[in-house]
Amino acid sequence: MRLEKCWFCSSTVYPGHGIQFVRNDAKIFRFCRSKCHKNFKMKRNPRKVKWTKAYRRLHGKDMTQDATFEFERKRNRPERYDRNLAENTLKAIKKIDKIRSDRASDHIKNRLKTGKVQRQKEARKQLEQGIHLVKAPLALAQDSSLHLPKIKVNVSQAQTEENQAMEE
Amino acid sequence: MVQYNFKKITVVPNGKDFVDIILSRTQRQTPTVVHKGYAISRLRQFYMRKVKYTQQNFHEKLSTIIEEFPRLDEIHPFYGDLLHVLYNKDHYKLALGQINTARNLISKIAKDYVKLLKYGDSLYRCKSLKVAALGRMCTVIKRIGPSLAYLEQIRQHMARLPSIDPNTRTILICGYPNVGKSSFMNKITRADVDVQPYAFTTKSLFVGHTDYKYLRYQVIDTPGILDRPFEDRNIIEMCSITALAHLRAAVLFFLDISGSCGYSIAQQAALFHSIKSLFMNKPLIIVCNKTDLQPLDGISEEDRKLVTEMKTEAMKTVIGQGGEPENEEGVLLTMSTLTEDGVISVKNAACERLLNQRVELKLKSKKMNDCLNRFHVALPKPRDQKERPPCIPQAVLEAKAKQAEEEKKRKTEKDLEEENGGAGVYSASLKKNYILASDEWKEDVLPEILDGHNVYDFIDPDILLRLEELEREEGLRQAEEEADDFEMDGEELSPEEQEALAEIRKKKNLLIQQHRMKKSTAESRPVVPRKFDTDRKFTTKRMGRQLSTLGLDPSLAINRARSKSRGRKRERSVERGEADGGDTMDIDGNQASKKLRLRSMSRSRSRSRPPITEVLPGEGLKDSAQKVKAIKLAKKSVKKRNKNAPPVLWETFHWKDGQALRHLQEIKLCSGKKEALLFVR
Repeated sequence: MRLEKCWFCSSTVYPGHGIQFVRNDAKIFRFCRSKCHKNFKMKRNPRKVKWTKAYRRLHGKDMTQDATFEFERKRNRPERYDRNLAENTLKAIKKIDKIRSDRASDHIKNRLKTGKVQRQKEARKQLEQGIHLVKAPLALAQDSSLHLPKIKVNVSQAQTEENQAMEE
Repeated sequence: MVQYNFKKITVVPNGKDFVDIILSRTQRQTPTVVHKGYAISRLRQFYMRKVKYTQQNFHEKLSTIIEEFPRLDEIHPFYGDLLHVLYNKDHYKLALGQINTARNLISKIAKDYVKLLKYGDSLYRCKSLKVAALGRMCTVIKRIGPSLAYLEQIRQHMARLPSIDPNTRTILICGYPNVGKSSFMNKITRADVDVQPYAFTTKSLFVGHTDYKYLRYQVIDTPGILDRPFEDRNIIEMCSITALAHLRAAVLFFLDISGSCGYSIAQQAALFHSIKSLFMNKPLIIVCNKTDLQPLDGISEEDRKLVTEMKTEAMKTVIGQGGEPENEEGVLLTMSTLTEDGVISVKNAACERLLNQRVELKLKSKKMNDCLNRFHVALPKPRDQKERPPCIPQAVLEAKAKQAEEEKKRKTEKDLEEENGGAGVYSASLKKNYILASDEWKEDVLPEILDGHNVYDFIDPDILLRLEELEREEGLRQAEEEADDFEMDGEELSPEEQEALAEIRKKKNLLIQQHRMKKSTAESRPVVPRKFDTDRKFTTKRMGRQLSTLGLDPSLAINRARSKSRGRKRERSVERGEADGGDTMDIDGNQASKKLRLRSMSRSRSRSRPPITEVLPGEGLKDSAQKVKAIKLAKKSVKKRNKNAPPVLWETFHWKDGQALRHLQEIKLCSGKKEALLFVR
């Protein structure tokens, strides 16, 4: 039993799922679900279809080269069974997995960092420029902190709670 | 081979079908369209073609029939006689002859009519000639209909005849009915012949095959023969007689010792003597069957004498062949098909005798001499008298002995399986003989899949080292990341700032929305001059509130606004209302004024509305009289008409009056067909 990769979206195909297509030149295409299969039949290029891993890797959205990928490689020659090796391997898989996913999320975070920086700068600018809409320059001159002035309202006893809610 | 395989004869159609087939083929394969306007030669050609085509087809089909059915003279005499016995040679020949004559007749008809067609002068005449020709041909076929049916029957029966090769080694089983021939046949071959207690269960010849010394022997089971004069025999018996007569086979004459077949030994012996002429040149074995019921030694003296007589006869045949006196054992044998006692020895004896006879014959024949010249067995001439036996080294002998011992002692997997419950219960441990570093690991099961990964892809002898390296790297990288993050954190907005930003954005959105609303309604609605603020948006209260939200002190501005305003009775009263109206929520100035308007009835006059007839500036009316008129008009226009009142005919109507037109419409609708309508328009 082996877990395969879907040819179109690169997700894992578990046993009992998906369809395999064997072409006349003996190349095997495995698909995880009919969505990928139908896209393939429509002759769509996975590198151009946004939601596939191929696109994401190609366009730098996901991590491409990493040492953790070297650990998982299809081996054609079986190794002689060794219990210790097996134990170590099973433990290692977990660790490698964790490292890999950490690195992948960091990659994405880094990618989004520039956008974040830019947005923060914009926000600061907007704050500077638009502060006059919420606080008059005169008040600003008197009190240069950014405390927003509160509204003075006449309140009756019966409706105190509602008022509070509306103020905040 | 035509000799003994009659299964390949094509089906003979019956008369009607035959005619149908040929005529429909003619219709399909020859051109069908012809007009009387064609040239005469073309017409003649057209019809001649049809006639010739039909004749050819008949000829073909009849020829195939004649050729495929075997000629009784050309096949092996065994089959010839068999067919004669079954079908009567004469009838058979007659039927085939009739077919032949039919074929010739059809050819003649076709020739004649083609000759006539050459001189046909019109379409109609040619056509009728063709019709006549085809009709005559078909009648010929109709007349031979019964022959065709007969031939078809024969063909079907022939196809089912057993395929007996008359030239190969054969063993023939004969005897009275019910002596046990078919049971014997079932025992030594894979044939499944019917065995029943009544006589003549076997009605025809049956063939089975058996092996002896790597050679295949045909075993032929015959129906039982009764002791009757030759002429009185029926077809079934004749079958067996034919087989006996023509096949060169070893004959097993079955004798029922116990007499349970219903016939005594004397009768059986009589039969033997009557057909012994047929046993010429054939190895004969007398088989005493059913010894489980009656052993050979237990029979009476007379019967024993008869049996001995038969044996001597059989011996004679033996002596006649080989010139050497065979031992008596080979001639008279006992067995019992029920207990299977002696069955194999009978078969072996029969096969052996037959084989010897055939070999001898072959040796004597001329062909053998030719072959013998080609054989030469080369024997090396001995150099001296020293004996040289084959030399086997001692080690090999010992090894062989040991192996043999081991074979006996070793427990095989099969034994193990049988011990532990047999094939369905025990499943062999395939991992038993694995070569691993430690024997404890043999039964270990390694998972193939873990967390969406194939475990086999990760197995690597130096995985630990690499993992260590990786973790080190990861540690470094994480430290770097943390440093970066630390730097980054300083640039974020504080919660105060975030609040302020949110407010700013909200305000901006609000402004945008209002602008959009105003933009869309600007063309359709007239803009009210600001002075006459009916929604009462521009109050000092409001202004005060807005200013305080911005953080400024509104009191100065409010005082100034109040001092500068005109002081309207209404506004002040409204304000006063607000000032002591303790149970209103004055977030929105509009709401308060509306409520007050609703309450105008219950308050004093000072807070009531102005009278309706007073013209307010900005309404666009000249004076109060005009206003009153306008109000009246408005009310009239929406007044509903009383439909329950009886209809009124209007002789005069005012076009200028908008109402009249409406009434017109209403009358038209209500009065319907009964009332006369005076107006046409």
